[in-house]
Amino acid sequence: MSQSVQYRIGISRIVRVITIVLAFACILPLFAILFYIIKAGITRVNWSFLVNVPKPVGEKGGGIANALLGTFLIIIVASLIAIPVGIMCGVFLSENRKSRLAYWSRLCVDILQGVPSIVIGIIAYFWLVKPLGGFSALSGSVALAIMMLPIVIRSTEETLKLLPDSLKEAAFALGMPFHRVILKVIVPCGISGILSGVMLSIARVAGETAPLLFTAFGNPYLSANITKPMQSLPLLIFNYATSPYNDWHDLAWGASVILLVFVLLLNISTKLITKRWKVQL
Amino acid sequence: MSEATIENKGIALSDSKLGVINSDLALIQSKKGVRRLNRQIRTENTFRKMLLLMGLIMILLVIGILFTLLLESIPSLKALGLKYLWGKTWDPVQDIYGAYPFLLGTLLTSFLALIISIPFSIAIAVFLGEYYPKGWIPDFLKNTVELIAAVPSVIYGFWGLAVLVPMVRSLETTLHVDPYGVGIFTSSLILAVMIIPYAASLGRSVIQMVPSSLKEGAYALGATRWEVIRSVIIPYTKSGLFAGILLSLGRALGETMAVTMVIGNTSIIPKSIFAPGNTMASVIANEFTEADKPVYLSALIELGLVLFLVTVVINMIGKRVIRRFTNE
Repeated sequence: MSQSVQYRIGISRIVRVITIVLAFACILPLFAILFYIIKAGITRVNWSFLVNVPKPVGEKGGGIANALLGTFLIIIVASLIAIPVGIMCGVFLSENRKSRLAYWSRLCVDILQGVPSIVIGIIAYFWLVKPLGGFSALSGSVALAIMMLPIVIRSTEETLKLLPDSLKEAAFALGMPFHRVILKVIVPCGISGILSGVMLSIARVAGETAPLLFTAFGNPYLSANITKPMQSLPLLIFNYATSPYNDWHDLAWGASVILLVFVLLLNISTKLITKRWKVQL
Repeated sequence: MSEATIENKGIALSDSKLGVINSDLALIQSKKGVRRLNRQIRTENTFRKMLLLMGLIMILLVIGILFTLLLESIPSLKALGLKYLWGKTWDPVQDIYGAYPFLLGTLLTSFLALIISIPFSIAIAVFLGEYYPKGWIPDFLKNTVELIAAVPSVIYGFWGLAVLVPMVRSLETTLHVDPYGVGIFTSSLILAVMIIPYAASLGRSVIQMVPSSLKEGAYALGATRWEVIRSVIIPYTKSGLFAGILLSLGRALGETMAVTMVIGNTSIIPKSIFAPGNTMASVIANEFTEADKPVYLSALIELGLVLFLVTVVINMIGKRVIRRFTNE
């Protein structure tokens, strides 16, 4: 404290400027990525790009219809598995805050959230691909569902925890049975928080590649059979981006634009919803 | 709960008896009521059991993952023992398996990424938590930083391959090292960008939790803003900041796709940070479907097991630190 006041104030100002510069420097890569990908891919995106399947190397044109359909189907099936299980588990955790089982269950949800996606891929391979005798979109969906669960559970639990107990007590006092109280009062009251959790989880798994590598595997043809290998957007980007052919790189850029726009739109709309409905996540 | 329902019914019945309703009708009604009540109680119990089952499924899921990984890595544990983790050569053609190059690659990329990202994430945390907690510019920054975490990793990888790799290659040419372009350094750069949001958002919330009386006390003693940050805010929040960095590390260790695309994928021990290499996650992603021998496959799964255990431990420590911080 022996330095002059002027000097100390000067240091303080300099640190503030450095902090501001560093903080805003972080968003540069994001904008660089957005700009580059949109510039490289937007010219590729047109109607025939969306409705055609990839052409063999050397032929111009072709599209990503198989990957779009695949991503859509894989995510739908994953959601069908993860959303009911996740919401019910979230209800369980918020209803039993102190029980021993809930403590362990909560711990396991925490663990599940941190498991690397590639490990989930290995697990889905051994649980579904090997017993079923081949790669399938279904196994990819299960892998993605496992990744969605923690987000859905957490958002459900956190939302329901914030609801006042008086709401539930009023419903019980009217003689409503437990399941009706949960399904007709508690869940509808927290639906905005639950919904944003679901959207966030879909946004997160939509871009996941690692769990699909050994499960959905990829497929150059249009396929809607979930027991067979299926292409998906992230898989297509990975396979074509690492290939040595320029035509395929172009396809991958176009697919990147679509995936990026989809994921970012989902994220931004979730943010707007939470802001509008004043949900705390 | 079910008792309350029965009592309610009782009141309802006696009410109806007070009226001019035929007693036979009341009897039928009560029989119907009892039946409906029984059905409701049964549904209620089934519903409770189902909720319990869902809670149980989460535990079974985690135990199942651990058990599957253990079971499938038994062949490699038997054939190679624990020295597998220290073995320096990885040559599946000649049946030599050593995980050291991948452990080293994972540690190098993750810690390098962490070192690069820490100044940025702390800066964001201080900026949003202390300097400008409100207003549209901080809101914009906060939302944008959160979007960094939303971009799929395969897109980071593709961008890295197309933009970052040539940049690193020209940097390497000026530094007179072998200009691979791909390698440990490139993947660390990509990873650093990807993990910034995790430490930043947690750091922001712990910095906002610093009691203003502490800060005001320091200001009253004549401290400047920087002195308050350095000697009040950082010491008060250091466990929370540490937890955020741990969570970032957990993400970096398990990140697969972006790293796989830019690290170069060789099983040779990296000689410098500019050399190509492989991480545990990237070697699994690359070789899992090619593994034709049981020991080969099992060795890869053992890597997955190590990855699983390490990330679980790191996340558990991080979560525990946060919990202790928020309870204080």
